[in-house]
Amino acid sequence: MPQLVKLFQFTLSGLTTGSTYALIAIGFSIIHNATGIVNFAQGEFVMLGGMFMITFYGYLKLPMAAAFVLSVFAVAIIGLLLEKTALRPSRSQEVLNLVMITVGASIFIKGLSMAVWGKSAMTLAPFSGEDPILILGAAIMPQSIWIFGITLAVVAALSAFFVKTRTGKAMRAVAASRRSAMLAGIPVNRMIALSFFLSGALGAVAGIILTPVTTISYDAGIMLGLKGFSAAILGGYGSMIGAVAGGLLLGVLESLGAGLVSSEYKDVLAFLILLIVLFFKPGGIFGKGASRRV
Amino acid sequence: MKHLPLPVFSLFVIALPLILSNNYYLMALNIAALNVVIVIGLNLLMGYAGQISLGHAAFFGLGAYLSAILTTTCGFPVWPTIPAAMAITAVVAYLIGIPTLKLEGHYLVMATLGFNVIVYIVMIQLSAVTGGPSGFAGIPRLQIGGFAFDSDLKIYYLFWAVAILVLILSLNLIHSRAGRAMAALSHNEIAARCTGIDTETYKVKIFVISAALASLAGSLYAHYISFISPGSFSIFFSLQAVTMVLVGGMGSVWGSLFGAILLSLLPEVLHSVKEYNVLVYGFILMAVLMFFPRGLFPAGRSFCIAMIRKKT
Amino acid sequence: MISPADPHMDTAVLEAKNITVRFEGLEALSRLSFAISPRRIVSIIGPNGAGKTTLLNAITGVYPIHAGEILFQGKSISGLKPFQIAALGITRSFQQAQLFMNMTVLENVMVGMHSRTTSGFFKGMLRLPSERKEERIISAQSRDILDEFGLISKAADMAGHISILDQRRLEIARAMAARPKILLLDEPAAGLTIREMEAMADLILGLREKGQTIILVEHNMRLVMAISDHLIVLHHGVKIGEGRPEDIQKNRQVIEAYLGKKV
Repeated sequence: MPQLVKLFQFTLSGLTTGSTYALIAIGFSIIHNATGIVNFAQGEFVMLGGMFMITFYGYLKLPMAAAFVLSVFAVAIIGLLLEKTALRPSRSQEVLNLVMITVGASIFIKGLSMAVWGKSAMTLAPFSGEDPILILGAAIMPQSIWIFGITLAVVAALSAFFVKTRTGKAMRAVAASRRSAMLAGIPVNRMIALSFFLSGALGAVAGIILTPVTTISYDAGIMLGLKGFSAAILGGYGSMIGAVAGGLLLGVLESLGAGLVSSEYKDVLAFLILLIVLFFKPGGIFGKGASRRV
Repeated sequence: MKHLPLPVFSLFVIALPLILSNNYYLMALNIAALNVVIVIGLNLLMGYAGQISLGHAAFFGLGAYLSAILTTTCGFPVWPTIPAAMAITAVVAYLIGIPTLKLEGHYLVMATLGFNVIVYIVMIQLSAVTGGPSGFAGIPRLQIGGFAFDSDLKIYYLFWAVAILVLILSLNLIHSRAGRAMAALSHNEIAARCTGIDTETYKVKIFVISAALASLAGSLYAHYISFISPGSFSIFFSLQAVTMVLVGGMGSVWGSLFGAILLSLLPEVLHSVKEYNVLVYGFILMAVLMFFPRGLFPAGRSFCIAMIRKKT
Repeated sequence: MISPADPHMDTAVLEAKNITVRFEGLEALSRLSFAISPRRIVSIIGPNGAGKTTLLNAITGVYPIHAGEILFQGKSISGLKPFQIAALGITRSFQQAQLFMNMTVLENVMVGMHSRTTSGFFKGMLRLPSERKEERIISAQSRDILDEFGLISKAADMAGHISILDQRRLEIARAMAARPKILLLDEPAAGLTIREMEAMADLILGLREKGQTIILVEHNMRLVMAISDHLIVLHHGVKIGEGRPEDIQKNRQVIEAYLGKKV
């Protein structure tokens, strides 16, 4: 029985981090669908979300809700800036060139964050205390409930946005075929800008809810970005359901691996999973097979 | 005319220490020579196979740690260990390359990045073998018979001889049948396949060769500094290598030489910037990609040619 | 069908047996069968979307075949990769010339000799004597080919800097450099002026004169009728006619397919 409780405990904490991976993965997918590129700065959005929240909530003592909204908005604007100032004006619009620009942007943001917030890890108090709630013998932190709740709300809101609203439909049209969308009179460039805005916001939300659990430092972005990307690959790149499933799965596998095998090699495990999936099922577990160019 | 740059550059390399008095600059140039080896190898992959690796620091690190462990811990002789480390690294690259090189560009980027992270974590965690975060010390220095490469000057000539050799081999390669096949597949993969080129095998081979070159640089680095730690082999160094290729220009071997030297010496010149190393690299990478997508070296060369034509 | 029993059937160099190619459930080619006799110009014609280029892509291994098989000199080549098919002796041109623009005209032809040569990475890096000898030979042979195609004066130019007609010629020269048994040409006259088209027709006829087997996909009916020995007509991925040009011109089904009338 204690063994079972332990497994349940690991699964719960895996689902907690997995939820944030899912949000990061959705961010990757939205930009990929709009532009066909992998945004390597996605992890930096997460880091920035945590950093802004610490600044607005921890230091400036703004009310939590205000700090939350402000942080999300700030990172969303940074996402927008990335698109408007670095990607759009680039002389070469080749995919690989744009991907490498986001790599440059990611290093740049990292360096800038180091200058602003310093090198040491920063902490943020959990949203509502640290008294664990017991469920079936396993302890669950109130912050985990916040994470589940907010992730669920964000995913539901996004789904509604993509299915119900005109703008959401337009974004899906751009993803399906940029040319046809342009011919149908959809302002493609504005949709691309919006995808960066949304991805910035998603990354920020992930960073804000995750920081009380893990702490955050200027160089945390790359690892979080890689986790989100792995989750996206795991679930099938470009699909929202895939991103959520992949994120949760990765979080649980990682947590079980850390708990049952070795916590030092937790991150190794995540990337081994990524490599194995790339090798055997490049389209992702829920994907349609390898994406190949002909 | 066509063969002029090589002897001119070689003479310059030979003569340079005569002007330089400061050992500090020699050391920077020695590291630059190793970067030249890595960057030329990486450019063969990026410029000719159209694939980007963000894991070359891992191959560099594999070479360094394999050399360190095999010579110091296992007591193997230094010189045979270097090709052995290259061979092991090549096998690892082969195993990664086979599945990922079949996929689209950014999958290799991610797979190699993930691989780099794995190698880095193993270097830190496997402290019984690697010395962990505090590093691996006491690696034997290079020597031939009774002659020890015990000064920066001696190392300078050794490393630059290796760098120029790699340069020559690469220049030979790109003007050979295999080089043309590589150029063909990077420009138009479908046409290359229909012309009889086994593009998948070629990509894997270039990836393996480029990883082996990084391993060579890693071994030389370990035996030169005699102390290595995981910090030198993080993904940040992979990004630096890619930046050097892009600044020099993809597909230009001379450009790689230029890019590697420029960006290896830049931090030495801009001492005050050192704290913001990361920031500056990120900025350079973005700016070059945005405004000179073909690289600084080719852009500069076209500019010079245009200026000369204007004058005459 | 006009000729159910082709007299050259037994000596066919290329034979398709009931081949089917699908794209996401749609059949681009369905149960297509034909045989190509050596030393002739066989043209594949049909309205837009008939599956002509798809057929070339299926023969060269660019697209997989979902059913049926293709026999080359009596042996199945289905499932082989494009480079293997090229090495066996089937090379091609593309609808829009797919040259290696980052190379010179001469180097493009030298790449065409890839499957006839052997030097690999290490020989190339070390410039071994055998590699240098091979380079000299293929360089000389490539110059001969350029001479034959009227491009020798442009040997050192970058492939992207020559005229459209020359690019088309160069692409055929590159394909011929492999000494193929079958040459596939995908709309070699598209976008050419009437004069240039005549030059192209002469070039193709000249190749046939030397015994080259050619499969031609072409929109321009005047060119097709003038130079083809045999026609295969496709419509919606199905063969609706086959025979000599003069017979095809009288075929009711073919005319209707082109004019879009209901039968």
